[in-house]
Amino acid sequence: MANEVCFRTLHLDTPWSIDAYESVGGYSSLKKIAAGELCYDTIIDELKLSALRGRGGAGFPTGLKWSFMPRNMPGQKYVVCNSDEGEPGTFKDRDILRYNPHQLIEGMIIAGYVMNATVGYNYMRGEFYEPFARMEAAIAEAKERNYLGDNILGMDFNFELHNHLGAGAYICGEETALIESIEGKKGQPRFKPPFPANYGVFGRPTNVNNTESYASVPAILQHGGQWFLKLGKPNNGGTKIFSVSGHVNNPGNFEINMGTPFKDLLELAGGVLGGKQLKAVIPGGSSSPVLPADIMMDLTMDYDSIGKAGSMLGSGAVMVLDENTCMVEVAAITAHFYYEESCGQCSPCREGTGWMSRVIHRILKGDGRAEDLDNLDRVAGNIMGRTICALGDAAAMPVQGFLKHFRHEFEYMIEHKRSMVKG
Amino acid sequence: MGKVHIEIDGQKLEAEVGSMIIEVADKADIYIPRFCYHKKLSVAANCRMCMVDVANLPKAVPACATPVAEGMVIDTRSQKAINAQKAVMEFLLINHPLDCPVCDQGGECELQDLSVGYGDDVSRFTEGKRVVKDKDIGPLIATDMTRCIHCTRCVRFGQEIVGIREFGATGRGEHMEIGTYIEETVESEVSANIIDLCPVGALTAKPSQFKARAWELRQAPSIAAHDCLGSNIFVHHRRGEIIRVVPRENESINEVWLSDRDRFSYQGLTEGARLLNPRIKRNGEWEDCDWQTALNLVASEMKRIIGASNGNDFGILMGNNATTEESYLAQRMLRKAGSNNIDFRTRRRDYTGDGRGSVRSGMNFPMENLDTMDATLLIGADLRHEQPLTALRVRKSTGYGKAMAINPFDGEYNFRLSNELQPKSNMLAQEFACVLAAADALRPESLNAEAKEWLDGIEFNDEHKEIAQNLIDGEASCILMGVYVQEHPQAETINWLAETLASVTDSDWGYMTQGCNAAGNKIAGAVPCQSAAGGKSEQGKTAKEMLTEGLKGYMLVNCEPDVESIWAEQALQNLKDAEFVVALTSFADGRVPDYANVMLPIAGCYETSGTYINVEGKWQSFAAAVKAPGEARPGWKVLRVLANLLDLSGFEYESSLQVINELREKFDAVGDVRVARKVPPPMMVVNEQETNRECLGLYMVDPLVRRAGALQKTPKASTHPISISRVKTR
Ligand SMILES: Cc1cc2nc3c(=O)[nH]c(=O)nc-3n(C[C@H](O)[C@H](O)[C@H](O)COP(=O)(O)O)c2cc1C
Ligand code: SF4
Ligand code: SF4
Ligand code: FES
Repeated sequence: MANEVCFRTLHLDTPWSIDAYESVGGYSSLKKIAAGELCYDTIIDELKLSALRGRGGAGFPTGLKWSFMPRNMPGQKYVVCNSDEGEPGTFKDRDILRYNPHQLIEGMIIAGYVMNATVGYNYMRGEFYEPFARMEAAIAEAKERNYLGDNILGMDFNFELHNHLGAGAYICGEETALIESIEGKKGQPRFKPPFPANYGVFGRPTNVNNTESYASVPAILQHGGQWFLKLGKPNNGGTKIFSVSGHVNNPGNFEINMGTPFKDLLELAGGVLGGKQLKAVIPGGSSSPVLPADIMMDLTMDYDSIGKAGSMLGSGAVMVLDENTCMVEVAAITAHFYYEESCGQCSPCREGTGWMSRVIHRILKGDGRAEDLDNLDRVAGNIMGRTICALGDAAAMPVQGFLKHFRHEFEYMIEHKRSMVKG
Repeated sequence: MGKVHIEIDGQKLEAEVGSMIIEVADKADIYIPRFCYHKKLSVAANCRMCMVDVANLPKAVPACATPVAEGMVIDTRSQKAINAQKAVMEFLLINHPLDCPVCDQGGECELQDLSVGYGDDVSRFTEGKRVVKDKDIGPLIATDMTRCIHCTRCVRFGQEIVGIREFGATGRGEHMEIGTYIEETVESEVSANIIDLCPVGALTAKPSQFKARAWELRQAPSIAAHDCLGSNIFVHHRRGEIIRVVPRENESINEVWLSDRDRFSYQGLTEGARLLNPRIKRNGEWEDCDWQTALNLVASEMKRIIGASNGNDFGILMGNNATTEESYLAQRMLRKAGSNNIDFRTRRRDYTGDGRGSVRSGMNFPMENLDTMDATLLIGADLRHEQPLTALRVRKSTGYGKAMAINPFDGEYNFRLSNELQPKSNMLAQEFACVLAAADALRPESLNAEAKEWLDGIEFNDEHKEIAQNLIDGEASCILMGVYVQEHPQAETINWLAETLASVTDSDWGYMTQGCNAAGNKIAGAVPCQSAAGGKSEQGKTAKEMLTEGLKGYMLVNCEPDVESIWAEQALQNLKDAEFVVALTSFADGRVPDYANVMLPIAGCYETSGTYINVEGKWQSFAAAVKAPGEARPGWKVLRVLANLLDLSGFEYESSLQVINELREKFDAVGDVRVARKVPPPMMVVNEQETNRECLGLYMVDPLVRRAGALQKTPKASTHPISISRVKTR
């Protein structure tokens, strides 16, 4: 089944309006809370049961994350939504913001209620002008109906929500860099621990989730954790929005059940462009290692299945590559991206991303040397696990992935000074 | 604090909960390589050099950012740890120039040292290296930013220690550059500490750039001579030529820091024109002569003038760098020769506190305690320009405590003030008295009747009350007066107010003093009212009297009253008009040659042994680091020989140690006495014109600093920190 959670208003006229949202049961979870039918413990239990996992990339169980927030600690606490959506290939959060902003808002209010936090920030990437406007309008609507503001629905609970536009840095999607950016500082990740749950925005306990994670919560509480879990498979609950791009006939966002075979998703996206052969897929955003077609065609779309195959579901950005794609070229583009986006704080990432990018580009120019490939693999390995934030890993993993599955293309190019596929 | 038990490289250790692995290892002398970690700075964990292997963790972790936990077993040299360390070293070197022989840091570079252990002989990096444009950040610090490894120590220093963000990182990734914002020069009074912090050759000392290699240098421990802290230093010299001065760690005084003034003043020794021979002025012309001739002339002139005036018409003025030994010998010689006209306080207006026999140095509590004050009240204190490192300590306390100020000028602070009052300069005592009145209202049982009567009729407002309340509330609180107060016409009144307020509010109190050895000079007896260790003396003439009323004969010991006294113009005239002026000086330039009749070359700072006593009363002796040039001799030796020529007995000292030991014995017999005032000093209204409206500039305080070239080129040199325009007169 499709469009059952975050996209459930999509079939309606003006799906972003508060009326459209309420017509599918929107804000009913919040009302249940106000009526005393849902308390802190039940919410956490339902979330844990639902097996909702963070949609921002790492797939961390959301219910567990929420339970880490010291809700009884006195003082200000914050709820932050990560709508930075910087991972190349990902464009799902944009459509939630554009087409169903209220579901995100309800999710964040519930988070605020659960964590005893009265202020929320929605951090959107710098280019999101249109979603920003939609969100602002939606917040105004929600305030009018007392879903936001003081004494929400008569409860002894206040919550205000602010939209914040970033300035176009991929690293600001990393949760602690995002927090620094909210504070008005240069977007640079913090060393963890302490984690945001203990030391977040302005040093106060802060919960950071992805847009899709928050937006899934109202539906879960409306229909129950069990319902959500059943949409997907054990440990991989619910539906997931996949942003399919690349060589397909019908690129776009598809909200489908977790565990749907990749074959079916490819079909939904209209199959490979021009009827060509599928060569490989980058299954979860540019930082996930590439998987060759034969492996991919046997997989289902969920964290565990893709993880077992040596890649990641990540943000759910599925990039389809056809038979004419030169993998050295894709590797070069990917490496260049991380080189440009490294914040530069820690040595392995600052120096290593530039090194990898330069070597791959040199190979692409026809100046490759036999020892380059082992060296690339080694440099990538030396970055892995030795950096402050996961951007280092994100830069290293795809390089190792390309080398693992398509080393022959690199070797060919080094030897013949031209692409194996493009001639 | 709780303890945990851990093991590093097989060594069982006890560690405080919350400490990082690297701190525990450092204490146990187990070296973990590092670049970004520094014990005085926050943890940045960005270089990743300190990776160690913790049992049961899948990956190596940074030792500087990983807190210890009970039972932790750490290996700093396992294959896993070494692999991580080597990998990081390789990354750091790919964009770093490998031309150590032409780098000024070569030989003392943390990167160079570690690369010997962790680097490979052959670079596997064959791409182009990053080049970064150099920046001109002023006369003190040379930059070579291509060598920067982005450890951000310099950035954190400004942000955390100084509170003035002069450095920052701009750009991201490989394009990240460390520099000043908008190409500014670096101006803080402690800026050059980033030279020591920078682990590589990106930031080096400009005055000593390319002058010597680290391994050619010898280091001599010494004491800095430009403020009353007495910062501990090493003088680095190559075969007697001073190349640079660096801090010597002393947690209780300068920690690991040094003010720019203390660091670069040594340049004055070579940049000022040195006096190399004794000189006598004959018919208006200077002639070199031998010591015997010069000293004979001085002795006979002294005898003549002292004899003819019953001691009244001759006087000695001690300069700001004078050692305790020099002051002790000078006063002893003068008193034995029949005069009590000796003083070092050429910037004091109020002498009404003289004669009580106090020898207390200035502070009744250790400087370190400033770090943890809950409340600090500054009175007439421009700490950043007077004792720059004290300002850093007060700043530390403002992390949780309060700092307050009653300053009759627009102070420049590197910490936040909770309360600030800016009275007119002549109303400082009156304003301060309101705080005492407020404190009396809050704690009426503390003051005696006399004090209460004194306070009668003084009104206070909420701000005064808040200041008093903060002092009372603070578990640790203090009142700190600056050099400005000591120059104020009502210095004694303000001192009394501070002492009294301290007793009412249970606070510590103290005052900062001019120069590096005010305490030593006073203990030595270089004052007209008392001899060594507070001993009795008939009242001689004060510096003010000597300089404004004029004498027939003067002896100046490293003193240039025409520049550094409050009455510079009058002083100049009176010195010119005098019959005889002998200057014991290191320099042949300035205006001394205009008015002196004899100039005797004495050793400068770092060229003589001696003792400075700091504002807390710490006696710090030092040996000469280098030899004085030409015929110059240590001041104490010159004074000793002169005493002999004056036919005075008891001057058979063979070393400066003998001199100081003699004084120490006298001092120990009386102890660190402070004789309190019995009656409160009169509260008078002073004329605006008589109040101090100008203090000595940061780089004007003594003959050596005034001749230090690089310091004189900094923006701070050209402005008086407290100038007329900034002092409140309306
Ligand atoms: C370099 C980098 C970029 C990231 N960018 C995003 C992003 O654009 N959006 C996002 O939701 N999470 C991003 N993340 C993940 C966040 O750090 C964080 O894990 C996530 O917001 C947590 O939300 P979730 O638990 O709901 O997934 C990024 C992480 C890294 C290391
Ligand atoms: S891994 Fe890269 S992006 Fe992350 S903190 Fe280090 S330098 Fe910055
Ligand atoms: S200039 Fe020196 S101290 Fe500053 S970041 Fe670079 S290497 Fe570190
Ligand atoms: S010293 Fe630990 S990361 Fe730099």
